[in-house]
Amino acid sequence: MAELLQHLVNGLVLGGTYALLGIGLTLIFGLMNVVNFAHGEFYTLGAYAAFAALAGLGAGFFPALGLAIAAGAALGALCEVTLLRPLRAESIDTTMLVMIGVWIAMQNGELLVWGGVAKSIPHPFSTAPLVLGPVSIAPLRVFVLLVAGALIAASWVLIQKTTLGRAMRATFQDRDTAALMGVRIDRIHTATFAFGSALAAAAGALLGPVFLAYPSMGDLAALKAFSVVILGGLGNLPGAALGGLLLGIAEELGAGYVSSGYRDAVGFVIIILVLLLRPSGLFARAERIG
Amino acid sequence: MLKRFVPVVLVVLLAGALLTPPGFAQAPIKIGVIQPLSGPVAASGNYVRMGAEIARDWINARGGINGRKVELVIEDNKSDPKEAASAAEKLIVRDRVPAIMGAWGSSMTLAAMPKLEEYGVPMVVETSSAASITKRGNPWIFRISPPSEMEALGLARYVEKLGVKKADFLAVNTDWGRGAVAAFGDMLKKKGVTVDAPEFMDQAATDMNAQITKIKGSGADTLFLTTSVEQITLVLKQAQEQRFQRKIITTGGSSAPDQLIKQAGAAAEGTYHLLFFMPWFPEAAPDGKLAKAFVDEWKKRGHPFAGLTEGFRGHDGIATIAEAVRVAGKDEPKAIREALWKVKLMGVNGPIKFEKDGPAGKESGQSQPSIFVVQIKNGKVALPDFLAKK
Repeated sequence: MAELLQHLVNGLVLGGTYALLGIGLTLIFGLMNVVNFAHGEFYTLGAYAAFAALAGLGAGFFPALGLAIAAGAALGALCEVTLLRPLRAESIDTTMLVMIGVWIAMQNGELLVWGGVAKSIPHPFSTAPLVLGPVSIAPLRVFVLLVAGALIAASWVLIQKTTLGRAMRATFQDRDTAALMGVRIDRIHTATFAFGSALAAAAGALLGPVFLAYPSMGDLAALKAFSVVILGGLGNLPGAALGGLLLGIAEELGAGYVSSGYRDAVGFVIIILVLLLRPSGLFARAERIG
Repeated sequence: MLKRFVPVVLVVLLAGALLTPPGFAQAPIKIGVIQPLSGPVAASGNYVRMGAEIARDWINARGGINGRKVELVIEDNKSDPKEAASAAEKLIVRDRVPAIMGAWGSSMTLAAMPKLEEYGVPMVVETSSAASITKRGNPWIFRISPPSEMEALGLARYVEKLGVKKADFLAVNTDWGRGAVAAFGDMLKKKGVTVDAPEFMDQAATDMNAQITKIKGSGADTLFLTTSVEQITLVLKQAQEQRFQRKIITTGGSSAPDQLIKQAGAAAEGTYHLLFFMPWFPEAAPDGKLAKAFVDEWKKRGHPFAGLTEGFRGHDGIATIAEAVRVAGKDEPKAIREALWKVKLMGVNGPIKFEKDGPAGKESGQSQPSIFVVQIKNGKVALPDFLAKK
């Protein structure tokens, strides 16, 4: 029983990180219809930006987080304006290929700048775990989970309740009509991509201190992010949040009670089942026509 | 129409002129190196490369081999077995190297091995521990690192002193990890130790909490941990988060205890590490003078001290190949392979000499390296109590 509780807590914490990775991608992939293979690289960028701010500029932990998010947003905006804007009329395959290029270029750029040796990102939290009965958890993990929850809630409010969010949804539903209604399409595209990239960078800056920062860290992160988006349904923020938690807990219980060697397989079996049985995602509402 | 080809022809001619070597008597001896220079185990691969470069510079400073300089052709296998195979092919076909050192991870080495047999080029294996490497009957393989069985035997005499009665295993899900679990499991069972079902983790995995929770429930007293230093760091940190208080022994010699002290901090306290080189006490090496010189040179180059436990492998691998070329008297793959059987030299780890291993008629070479145990005590690397000051 104690073991099960600890597994559930581990799964919740891991799932929170997956959710954080998934929400940024679900905006870009789901709303903008860009298969963003570089998502994991914005995650890596966030981790390294936080490391640079902490080790290079001597900034505090929290300003470093903010700086990493800003770096993600800025590079995301640049990427959209220079690479995606000229290709807006092209098919999804074209932008996908461009994003694969961005992925390779960014990952090798990180390798060039930082070298292959993993970096440990310092953080101000105690390394002594919080103990609740049979369960223990690191304070940093609790912080990550809380921030992830806050970011997910803030993103949902932004998309659902603000004018900008309404403009985003309108733009990606019907670009021409939105333009006729006075929505500035170019800005919306840039803002959405920058926002999604900033969320990825936030995930990197938050998880960098939990794990380690190294150039290929984004590959696994991107894989998990795509899994979460497929589980939750394209463009579905609460779906991505729930999908992340589900994936985290499923992997954890799979590793704990089936076999740790097949940990990742558990996640992918779930995805195959979802694609077979509910291809629009576990949490998708009935498809709207038009 | 013809005009379009004129520049092309000019470029080709010019390139040809530039690429022709000025004099071939002085052509360097090329040695291929395949290491993980990027990807999850990049740190280790880069340290091996640094060690290899020291060996190259030392050899060249002494006037090279039979008057010819040594040149390393270094390829990145990206911590990926597929890349290791194509790197081997590239080195052999395009760079025409007569011998290779590589490829760090067992899965990477195993993936590159068929290419060696296909083209007939020998490879000195400097790090990989999986038993299968020298058991497959690939006569082009010469290993200077200990297979897990040899490492387990090296630890056998300390099992009682360490107080191991019931052991768990957590290993990377590769040929190396699975091989180590089998080898150490067999050795411990023979010693009367109870051995639990092993747990595995993907090479790229960062969250090992599930495995730690499961192992915590086993009631064992010792955890044998086999993976790269990056993952050891994560496991130690996450074990601390879960209040996992047991003896932890890492195997494979890639634990870089200094890096653990720096990156895992208190979580690394008390852990034991099997190593093949102790840069903290170079005088304890079989050839203390060589070991000391290597440590000094490493520091002089500003390389991180933590990398020495990997870096010596690069030195020993290149020194072995260079010695074989010297004995052979020419840089031709077949001659180098024959010479490798005759090689006898002192490496930073200790004496290197190849014994036959694997199926008769197609044996691989296996050297018997020295094995050491250290413990992290008060944030420093020390000899365990049962070894210190007898």
